[in-house]
Amino acid sequence: MLITQLKSKESIESLAVGKVVIINCHGCKEVYFPEHQADELQKELSDNKEVIQIITTDYICNPDNLKLQLKKHMDKINLADTILVFSCGVGIQTVAAQFEDKKVYSCCDTYQLPGFQGVTPLNVDCGQCGECYLNGTGGICPITACSKSLINGQCGGAKNGMCEVDKDMECGWERIYRKLEKLNKLDNMKYDAPKVRNFGNSKPE
Amino acid sequence: MRITELFQRDEFVLTAEVGPPKGVELDHLIKDAHEYLKTRVHALNVTDNQSSVMRTGSLATCKVLKDEGLLPIFQITCRDRNRIALQSDVLSAALLGIENLLLLTGDYTTLGDHPQAKPVFDLDSVSLIHAVKRLEEGFDLAGNAVDGAPPKFAKGAVVSPCSDSVDVQLAKMEAKVKAGCEYFQTQGVYEPEKFIKFMEQAKQFGVPVQLGLIIPKNVGMCRYMNANVAGVHVPDDMIEELKADKEKTKAGDTGVEICARLIRECKDYCQGVHIMSLGWENRIPEILDMAGIAPIAK
Repeated sequence: MLITQLKSKESIESLAVGKVVIINCHGCKEVYFPEHQADELQKELSDNKEVIQIITTDYICNPDNLKLQLKKHMDKINLADTILVFSCGVGIQTVAAQFEDKKVYSCCDTYQLPGFQGVTPLNVDCGQCGECYLNGTGGICPITACSKSLINGQCGGAKNGMCEVDKDMECGWERIYRKLEKLNKLDNMKYDAPKVRNFGNSKPE
Repeated sequence: MRITELFQRDEFVLTAEVGPPKGVELDHLIKDAHEYLKTRVHALNVTDNQSSVMRTGSLATCKVLKDEGLLPIFQITCRDRNRIALQSDVLSAALLGIENLLLLTGDYTTLGDHPQAKPVFDLDSVSLIHAVKRLEEGFDLAGNAVDGAPPKFAKGAVVSPCSDSVDVQLAKMEAKVKAGCEYFQTQGVYEPEKFIKFMEQAKQFGVPVQLGLIIPKNVGMCRYMNANVAGVHVPDDMIEELKADKEKTKAGDTGVEICARLIRECKDYCQGVHIMSLGWENRIPEILDMAGIAPIAK
């Protein structure tokens, strides 16, 4: 089972830049989603920011389903500067992969609980680390897309763009760098302070 | 002595890499260090279970070399230790008078001789540099005060100038500088033009860089590195050069000549040279002689 917890109101507000489309995922029974809190927060956000559409759907982790569900909202999505996603880490990565040129941000941190985990049949994975990094990495997860789960950039082990651990796997940090380059967000790589992972964070408060 | 003092005095800083054996017989390593390296390089890097192959520890070997009157650089990787063990080993280094560090993320466990081992990577090179800097400021990573006078190190790291994604490497280099890195050693370079171009971009960080060299022993080794070693590319004409003179190549002379040539071509663009001889420590004096680099005044 996964638990998603909303990021702080301040951090979510800071992400809501320009025209905003919000996507909520209520699909998975194995994921606890803080529906009521999300609803309240999105109402407040709509008062202060330019929220042009709130979409509530299910199973956005499935790219085909996601495409289908968003079809009728595409006119709004095309106008959006920012897409805020309220889902587990897999959902956010799927949305980010679908909209290569948009800024897709995560509004939740995903924690793990022992036992059955949601059915995530895809090539993206959520490490349930409890401190979602996707907002700084162009929607590509450094915890699961990097063999060493590095959070401060590429190690010296990539060769021709492939990982030293698995030659069939692209270097996660090269993917992140190229995506940020495309989004004109390479400033994200210029850290003010080194990130230090908090392994004490992998359980919900 | 910290090797940052040498950089500050504008010395062209020379270092070589030695690897502890799998076992505790260090006689050979010590003999070679005295015979070939003592008067030719300023400091010796001691590898930390290089290529994820289990060996005698870097810190203990550093202490032995220090007692022999040599200047060791303690290489530390994040592969095998969490932040508690890493910080503890850094303090232990200070206790033993080891003042030079090279801080690395480390190769993955499956590349070595214990592929069953748990890979740690609790910290990475950037956060390890940050942790050492915090210790120098008198605090550990959790914010607890360190008793007594804090340690002081020369904090080094690595970068790959000939990586196929050099822009991604430069971004990481900048993060290391911001975290407190004071000098860099590079991955093996065989393409001077790429290195010079890299240095043009890297000089903005204002941190000294040592050209990294791996002695190309033979054609097979070069082909292996091209296929398997990240950040290393031996160009075809260099492989042809090694191939052309079979007699010489066998003796390793062509590889030695190539290294000397690389130093001559690159030395105006960097602040030192770091030689990874992989057991050919005895060839280092020749390389430096041929490159016109005199023995160091001790």
